[in-house]
Amino acid sequence: MNSRIGLIASNTFREAVRDRVLYNLIAFALLMSGAAILVGQISIDIERLVVINLGLTAVSLFGIVIAIFIGIGLVSKEIERRTLYTVLSRPVRRWEFIAGKFMGLAGTLVVNTFFMAIGVFGALLYVSHHFQAPDRWLLVALYFIVLQFLIITSLALFFSSFSSPLMSAVFAFALFVIGTFAEDLRGFAGMASGVARWLATGAAYLVPNFSALNVISSVAHQQPVSGQLILYNTAYALIYTTMALCGAVLIFERRNLK
Amino acid sequence: MRASRQTTLIASILLVACLGGSVLLLRGLDRVRSGATLEEVLYVPSPQALKRMSLGYDGLLADIYWTRAVQYFGTKFHSGAEHYDLLAPLLEITTNLDPHLIVAYQYGGNFLAPKPPHGAGMPQRAIQLMEYGIRNNPEDWHLYYQLGFIYYMDLKDYEDAADAFARGSRVPNAHPWLKLLSGYMAERAGDINTARMMWTTTFETTYDKSIKANAAAHLRALEVDEDVTKLEGAVARYKERIGHLPSSFGDLAAAGMLRGTPRDPLGNLYKLTSDGRVELQSPDDFPFVEKGTPPGYVPPKVPKFLPTD
Amino acid sequence: MTAIEILGLEKIYNVGFWRKRPKCALRPLHMQVEEGEIFGFLGPNGAGKTTTLKMLMGLVFPTSGSARILGMETNDPRMKAQIGFLPEQPYFYDYLTARELLEYYAGLSGVPAKERSRRSQEMLERVGLHDAGGLQLRKFSKGMLQRVGIAQAILHEPKVVFFDEPMSGLDPMGRREVRDLMDQLRQEGKTVFFCTHILSDAEALCDRVAIIHLGELRGVGSVADLTSSVQNRVELIWQGPSVPSSLRALGAEPHVAGSTVRAILLEANQDAAIEALRRERLRLISVVPVRTSLEDYFVQKLKPAESVAGGRQ
Repeated sequence: MNSRIGLIASNTFREAVRDRVLYNLIAFALLMSGAAILVGQISIDIERLVVINLGLTAVSLFGIVIAIFIGIGLVSKEIERRTLYTVLSRPVRRWEFIAGKFMGLAGTLVVNTFFMAIGVFGALLYVSHHFQAPDRWLLVALYFIVLQFLIITSLALFFSSFSSPLMSAVFAFALFVIGTFAEDLRGFAGMASGVARWLATGAAYLVPNFSALNVISSVAHQQPVSGQLILYNTAYALIYTTMALCGAVLIFERRNLK
Repeated sequence: MRASRQTTLIASILLVACLGGSVLLLRGLDRVRSGATLEEVLYVPSPQALKRMSLGYDGLLADIYWTRAVQYFGTKFHSGAEHYDLLAPLLEITTNLDPHLIVAYQYGGNFLAPKPPHGAGMPQRAIQLMEYGIRNNPEDWHLYYQLGFIYYMDLKDYEDAADAFARGSRVPNAHPWLKLLSGYMAERAGDINTARMMWTTTFETTYDKSIKANAAAHLRALEVDEDVTKLEGAVARYKERIGHLPSSFGDLAAAGMLRGTPRDPLGNLYKLTSDGRVELQSPDDFPFVEKGTPPGYVPPKVPKFLPTD
Repeated sequence: MTAIEILGLEKIYNVGFWRKRPKCALRPLHMQVEEGEIFGFLGPNGAGKTTTLKMLMGLVFPTSGSARILGMETNDPRMKAQIGFLPEQPYFYDYLTARELLEYYAGLSGVPAKERSRRSQEMLERVGLHDAGGLQLRKFSKGMLQRVGIAQAILHEPKVVFFDEPMSGLDPMGRREVRDLMDQLRQEGKTVFFCTHILSDAEALCDRVAIIHLGELRGVGSVADLTSSVQNRVELIWQGPSVPSSLRALGAEPHVAGSTVRAILLEANQDAAIEALRRERLRLISVVPVRTSLEDYFVQKLKPAESVAGGRQ
């Protein structure tokens, strides 16, 4: 079983690479270098701030875009192109297929983030000439960003299992935006009343909480991240991802592949 | 030939379990992070920068920040806070994104200036906020009113208050009382009825529940102050006439100095102490009162907005 | 042992967005395929062949009924390790090379890692693609894709192989190669189940066929059994170019080629036709019996049903 999931995962990774997804790293590298050089000319004190804010935000956004654009096609493209027929006629269980696709894309994103992290640290080194102790919190911020990727990937995969690529992209992107304001949604729900309150509260709990996973500004201001937060976020991301993948499996199990 | 039953079962159970787990974790995250989103307000370089970053969606962002401001103040208030550092930045960002969100100015006018725990204790910033509002909404009398209110209530600067009210009264469709209030500042500044007029205006001209509740609490406090003054005056007259303090309100009534049994605005009876003081049954229900509390009374750490709190 | 057992497999689709109308793609089908035979599943386009095949592969869920392959359920991974499938007009991951695809599929089918590369190369040679192993599939022609499709279907030595239109996209040489390959598979003791609408292929290869039309099974048996139920025909050739009107009346459709005329008639009308030619003093060149083909079976047996059902859906 594991070898099949591994095969599917590595094949998905290979597809992403050959689809020239990793070329986004070039764009990212250019962005970071340009920013670092530009910022180095402005006043002291804020160049670290700008590099960290810009760098981490770019890592996050680039990755979310990749996650969505590849994720939405993971299942629907295979069904549309009928490449799935010859895979599922083999001793591959449908849930193994979902799991493998997820791992492949998640792996792609981790590799992508790794290279981007090098870029961010490189730019940081350039503008401030040496690392400071609080810089290690950058790693935590990057880790949280990877957790965000896991969630978005699982959601894109979920939508891909039953809806067209276009609609999946719309839903996934919408959930990303709403998820960024998830805590505010809970605030709104608190101020509403009646049916609207129940609906809003339900939605607020269902939507992925991306605001908790975004520590970019505080890390940029050299604030540490509490160990408790790391623990909670890790558990939350893993549980949410599992939830979305279970949804994808349940739907895909039943799908007639016309 | 159907979808595998085993997979369906496991996936369903796992899904429900994860759903429950995620809800619990969200609550946990709330606890761990409490207010972290809000603290990021301090990291915003300036309201103008945020407006530029909002890519044109200022209205929505203004609403979000407004919600955060209300939640921030409400949550902190109910947990007995000593300071509300983020209220000013939150309101400034809100009004910068949407300069026409009048309720935000009203909120600032009511809760930025007063001293903690009833407010952030930043009257100067409140004044700046009102002036900003007036610049952006010169035809809206509420803002002039709010400005005068701050000068009167929190700074006791009756000259500037009169000036603000006067400016406001010249705006078309201004509340008719603005002109009156402007005049009262000169002579009747300390008059209880002036204060009462102000709080009534505030109560009647806003939609925000917190502002209304706050104004109502103030009005009740004024009533208590008035009642206690009158009652203690009657007690003093009794003592003068009869020679000793009355033992109860019944004595006052018998001497024709009181009609009926005196009750506070919430319907409870006033107490008459052995040394002739009139006191409330439950002073905790009446924040803002200056009279009617026992000696050495310390208001609760968590004040009440509403009697039901 | 029975390689494939189909027990009342049925598929009804609900078509339409608001008011779902049921559309029957396959009426309850009962069929059996024995081990070691080449079995043809024939019918015009839209008859229900691919639907049946997809249900056997577990890609589509039947409305009712069940099937067993090699005695096991259709979602049993142990069974799937022993079958191969070539879908119609297959399409593969075009960013992979042929060799990578075969190695990937070999892994999914449970071929041990050390064997994969060797098997893939073997298969490529077997289907005539030994030079194209390193080429990306996006550069493959239709015929080459078809060959890759066959390769991936047999590379894990399955006991039962399912082909859907295996000859499509191939030139005559290619078709011959595929026919030879299917024969080889039979000699190796494998069972071959293939769908096609090209009857001549089926006639040449199959031990038994089943004919399906408009979702319904219209006949099962060996080719000889089926065609024996059809009326025989003869071919007349005479010196033309004139064609007696009486011959046309006998249902002949004469074909003029230079100075000779050729016509095909039912054997029953043979004597009447020869008589007509003699009356017109036309010289008869030959009278040859025509081998009845499956096509005749189709035309004779299915056409009336078509007009009864009001044509194709």
